[in-house]
Amino acid sequence: MKAANSRTEDWLKVTPKGLYCEPGDFYVDPARPVARAVITHGHADHARPGHDAVLATPETLEIMKARYGDAAGRRHQPLAYGRTQDVGGVTVGFAPAGHVLGSAQAVLEWQGRRVVVSGDYKRRPDPTCAGFEVVPCDVFITEATFGLPVFRHPPDAEEVGKLLQARETFPERCLLVGAYALGKAQRLIGLLRAAGYDRPIYLHGALKKLTDLYETLGVPLGELRPVLGLAKAELKGEIVLAPPSALADRWSRRLPEPLTAMASGWMTVRQRARQRGAELPLVISDHADWDELTRTLEDVAASEVWVTHGNEEALVHYARGRGFAARALSLLGRGEEEQEGGDAAEAETPGEGAA
Amino acid sequence: MKPFAELLDRLVFTPARNGKLRHLAAYFEATPDPQRGYALAALTGALSFRAAKAGQVRALVESRVDPVLFRWSYDFVGDLAETVALIWPQRPGANRPPDLAEVVETLREAKRDEVPGLLEGWLDALDSDGRWALLKLITGGLRIGVSARLAKTGLAEWRGAELSEIEEIWHGLEPPYTELFAWLEGRAPKPEIDRRAVFHPLMLANPLEDGDLAKLSAEDYLAEWKWDGIRVQLAAGGGQARLFSRSGDEISHTFPDIVEAAGFDAVLDGELLVLREGEVAPFNDLQQRLNRKSVTAKLLDAHPAHLRLYDILHRGEDDLRPLSLAERRDVLEAWYRETLPQRMDLSPLVPFETWDDLAALRAEARQNGIEGLMLKRRDSAYQAGRPKGPWFKWKRDALLLDTVLMYAQRGHGKRSSFYSDYTFGTWRAGAEGEELVPVGKAYFGFTDEELKRLDKWVRDHTTERFGPVRAVAPGLVLEVAFDAVQRSKRHKSGLAMRFPRIHRIRWDKPAAEADRLESLEKLVEE
Ligand SMILES: [Zn+2]
Ligand SMILES: [Zn+2]
Repeated sequence: MKAANSRTEDWLKVTPKGLYCEPGDFYVDPARPVARAVITHGHADHARPGHDAVLATPETLEIMKARYGDAAGRRHQPLAYGRTQDVGGVTVGFAPAGHVLGSAQAVLEWQGRRVVVSGDYKRRPDPTCAGFEVVPCDVFITEATFGLPVFRHPPDAEEVGKLLQARETFPERCLLVGAYALGKAQRLIGLLRAAGYDRPIYLHGALKKLTDLYETLGVPLGELRPVLGLAKAELKGEIVLAPPSALADRWSRRLPEPLTAMASGWMTVRQRARQRGAELPLVISDHADWDELTRTLEDVAASEVWVTHGNEEALVHYARGRGFAARALSLLGRGEEEQEGGDAAEAETPGEGAA
Repeated sequence: MKPFAELLDRLVFTPARNGKLRHLAAYFEATPDPQRGYALAALTGALSFRAAKAGQVRALVESRVDPVLFRWSYDFVGDLAETVALIWPQRPGANRPPDLAEVVETLREAKRDEVPGLLEGWLDALDSDGRWALLKLITGGLRIGVSARLAKTGLAEWRGAELSEIEEIWHGLEPPYTELFAWLEGRAPKPEIDRRAVFHPLMLANPLEDGDLAKLSAEDYLAEWKWDGIRVQLAAGGGQARLFSRSGDEISHTFPDIVEAAGFDAVLDGELLVLREGEVAPFNDLQQRLNRKSVTAKLLDAHPAHLRLYDILHRGEDDLRPLSLAERRDVLEAWYRETLPQRMDLSPLVPFETWDDLAALRAEARQNGIEGLMLKRRDSAYQAGRPKGPWFKWKRDALLLDTVLMYAQRGHGKRSSFYSDYTFGTWRAGAEGEELVPVGKAYFGFTDEELKRLDKWVRDHTTERFGPVRAVAPGLVLEVAFDAVQRSKRHKSGLAMRFPRIHRIRWDKPAAEADRLESLEKLVEE
């Protein structure tokens, strides 16, 4: 990259509305409605309703339409991975982030400097979305949801194996798995299919819309059935997926002796898993763990690292120790303080199992 | 270690008691000796080896991991064993993972300075779940929400035995309990033990509730003072003597003065106190003794232990438990007159005719060492557990004080995501006007709902943060209940509350109207 004399923070600024690119006059994942938004992916803490113009991958735009209908933004500009577009002199492109279907790292280039806003990402393969692509850059903006060295997610197959094992141990019970509606639910289904599980998988109504959309967008998920209207006996030994907010809900009373599992990176910590009422914690995360975060810093080899939501302090501390110029950005509206999360079923608050 | 780690993990995540019992039974069935016996010992707190100190574990992990990252991680996770298990950077090429028996037996032989090296090797060999189980074990006290009683119940239910049968012989047995398992599996007769110097489960009292007295008639009951020490059992016979806490933990080594005085053949129930010239010392003094692993001559001299006797369960070979309390009391008094043991006296009966007499006595009882009254039915046999009806404890009223919340700290374990430990203070005149001085700390006495609200209040009113602690603006009044207040050099206010808990949260009351330090001073018992 050509060395530039201008500092990145002079043209890419943290404002109350979110990260603002001044020469291009657009925001990336803004927290409030704006005239021009570049959106990395469809989770509610990144893609909010009510923007005027929205630039995103075609899949992300579809997800926003499915969730927000008319409020998904007035003008949609789809931009596929690998293509670029000029926005007021700033070149904007998308590279796969491996987080959920359509998730992208926004690659911004201006006056010879390249900044990658990675949004949320993970490095391990996911059967339901394109894998993370390393884009060398001058400034890398990273999340830090699991930015502590206690987070080392085990292989997905091991965790799915636990679920299948529990099904054999308790044939009389139904396995109720809490999984976030966008990404986690579909990935879990994909992982079960990859493990050879070909029985129908049962879904809480709130998961239907996005799961259908995944299939429409070309992600095969096998036979899926609604829970609604089934007798208890029919669900013995079956796997039922529901949003985390429904686990302790009256809704779950219709299930036969449900064994509550939770699929989330937060399940690594036993006490947190217990607080969430999980009897079977499954460490399956759509966010990078500590090793993935630190490896990514080395891979993209940016001289500057900006850290957004999660445990910024720890990742900044680590990055400085490795010789990067690192700083924490405080962006409003990403996760909640200390990841305790809110209760809104739709919000991607990590505490709700989005991770 | 893997089957043991899996058992612990399942016990942690299974909410229902029945589910836990099923997991225990399945483990005892599937696991061979001596592994299962050591697991049982770990769950019942019966293992003794040189435990690793939390400080040693920290030093070890900080030799491998950036201490800053470790500290933040520990702060987030809230549990040392779990933090280290997760963060430990395994070195490739480690030895084969150890099993439970190997860990226990090796530690039993280990010298103090060998423990960190052993631990390090094991941590490298185990996976994260195994490391967690190892650290839980080696730092002492598993604390996984399974009581010794539940573990023994799981054992009994596994083979359809009676819990009381196991309890009766328990203290005569040693880990890994191979003869116990052999008996339960029908491969051997019930183990023979010396029944005298073993623990006999205690009979406990229920708190007296409003309206209870109206239903009871005064002539059916004996009353005695409830002393402010710890309830213990002294079991002596066959040349041995052992002192047990209420839950059956052996504390003989902490109280050699009591054990030496027990050269007789009897099982006694009483209150352990520190007594100086016939006066009961503040509970704090007993605490000094309880906290020490090794007792020095100086400590024995400065804090002499004393046993105040309530009851007698065995005299020689005779099991007195089926007798009535009135009969046992006669035996106890006769035995005491004949034996005149050192460091022991009888807890006197409190004479009364009507409940009103007793209520008046209770209201006046403000001197040191008395926590309230005990009411016991004259005809009650000595039954293990907490039967409803025969025995009541009638504590004296708590003292109350309006204090101001000053600091909140994150809880540990289940509460690690909440600010649940509260330091509170009272007003006094300072150099620059009114100031708050901390007078105590409490972490219970509120509901889960209130905890959520308190946690939010703390987050919204934080003025400073130091690690897991937040200082808050003086704006929330906590009405604190406590049993007594004593002078203490270790506290900034010069006063220490006994057993403080949050009584009410005064969301409505302005902080300026909270109590002053002088109000607390007035409650000190000299
Ligand atoms: Zn996301
Ligand atoms: Zn996010």
